[in-house]
Amino acid sequence: MNTTIAWPEGRLTRVPYALYQEEDVARAEQARIFRGPAWHYLCLETELPAPGSFRTAQVGDMPVVVTRDEAGALHAFENRCAHRGALIVLEDAGQAKQLSCVYHAWTYSLSGELISVAFRRGIRGKGGMPECFDMAAHRPRALRVTSFCGLVFGTLAETTPPIEEVMGPEVTARIRRVLEGRKPVVLGRFTQALPNNWKLYAENVRDSYHASLLHLFFTTFEVNRLTQKGGLIVSGRGGSHVSWSAIEKEAADSSYAAQGIRSDSANYRLKAPELLAGWDEFGDGITLQILSVFPGFVLQQIQNSLAVRQIVPRGVDRTDLNWTYLGFADDTPEQRRARLRQSNLVGPAGFVSMEDGCVGGFVQRGVAAAGELAGVLEMGGESAETTDTRATEASVRGFWKEYRAVMGM
Amino acid sequence: MIGPSRSAAEARDAILEAQARYALCLDDGRLEEWPGFFHAACSYRITTAENHRAGLEAGVVWADSRAMLEDRVSALREANIYERHAYRHLTGLPVVTEDAEGWRAETPFLVARIMRDGATDLFATGRYLDLWRPDSEGRLRLAERVVLCDSRRVDTLLAIPL
Repeated sequence: MNTTIAWPEGRLTRVPYALYQEEDVARAEQARIFRGPAWHYLCLETELPAPGSFRTAQVGDMPVVVTRDEAGALHAFENRCAHRGALIVLEDAGQAKQLSCVYHAWTYSLSGELISVAFRRGIRGKGGMPECFDMAAHRPRALRVTSFCGLVFGTLAETTPPIEEVMGPEVTARIRRVLEGRKPVVLGRFTQALPNNWKLYAENVRDSYHASLLHLFFTTFEVNRLTQKGGLIVSGRGGSHVSWSAIEKEAADSSYAAQGIRSDSANYRLKAPELLAGWDEFGDGITLQILSVFPGFVLQQIQNSLAVRQIVPRGVDRTDLNWTYLGFADDTPEQRRARLRQSNLVGPAGFVSMEDGCVGGFVQRGVAAAGELAGVLEMGGESAETTDTRATEASVRGFWKEYRAVMGM
Repeated sequence: MIGPSRSAAEARDAILEAQARYALCLDDGRLEEWPGFFHAACSYRITTAENHRAGLEAGVVWADSRAMLEDRVSALREANIYERHAYRHLTGLPVVTEDAEGWRAETPFLVARIMRDGATDLFATGRYLDLWRPDSEGRLRLAERVVLCDSRRVDTLLAIPL
């Protein structure tokens, strides 16, 4: 990188604004993070339901195809023909036995191996590829693929440790809590185009300090009546986190019926309090769990509203946030309805998340002339460690800790 | 049964009129009047053509009662924080058919968004899939409105309804 980023050595309490602005930082991120040693979310296993299923995905700038082969194994490879570089797959998803590039019909197996080249032997003895052309030496770059609790991740790097090790045991356990042994069902997909650098959203999702200050829906409608406890988990590497809150056990017991749907409307100011009707799905009273995995994966549980969010950089000041709303195959009709109602809380029109769509843009515009200055991250001290309060920026500092390690800054 | 009988032409006129009022209501910022275009028992959903084709149920907005629409207006007024902006809806001509439930209408729309600083962009295109039924006084109200956006992409946020 040409830019000299003024970043105090060894401290995580300042973030140079230039990191949200510089083209050469963005280019370096593509090489060191998105094509580097991190696991990147690709899709859900359930989105590749059968042998021959394929789906396109995005890892930073790199277009990717994810497939399930005839034997059921998952593969991912760059969506780039080994011949002239054209996209191989032009659909979002589908079923195929093999994948052909439209440009010159070079054809690939579901694992991305080149299996045929059109006119390889020429026409009537003329033209064609040289005898020595080695089919096995030409293929789009393959990603290593791992599936954890039905979430499919990929990386170009040979050396990335298993994803459980990268996330650490506590974050791993909190993904298992939501997804292990369940069969997720996609309820809808939306893309929110954010007018800011991708890292501003990565920070926002890890920022437990802003939640009750920026998002006023719950307090305005007096929904948080019950004593809340909560905390923050930061992974050892720093870049993955869990922010959670729960109603106290005794309150939970009296509030949640042993089964069925809760609609405890006594003190709500909502005309339709059924918006928040739900059930203690995981049996632990935790009503909010926001979980991130470095760099761009988010798993959200807000009451019974479940979603996966993927952060995709689209230039220094543009980001796509891909939302996949989830339920489970064994939801009762009543539970499914509760999830759909609660989904009003999240997404681009969400009562508790619409502000997150614009606040990154407020920073991007606010710092336009302040590239040599830095933001302050001192709430909760200087460390990037697990803590039992959410009045802290520990997991934002954690993001920068892992970011700096991966970027070599 | 759909109440006092209307000819197809009368129904189409009434729907055109109601849709024109609906658009002006939102574009003028009279959000409090917006739930009044719906029956108390109603369905309102904003989703994408892609989700609709795939039979996926979720919406960026998903309401199954007028009370939920009223809560959304209260939230926009009292709780949610966003930069001041306005819409300009242009609705095309509806294709109206009658079935056992009432009058079905499919209407294309364009919505421009005008931000505080004057930036004006095409915010959404799509179509309304509606079910209109008369109330006890014969006025047509929406029993169902599915707002199908042509694109899966929503720029920044969707605060004011479509």
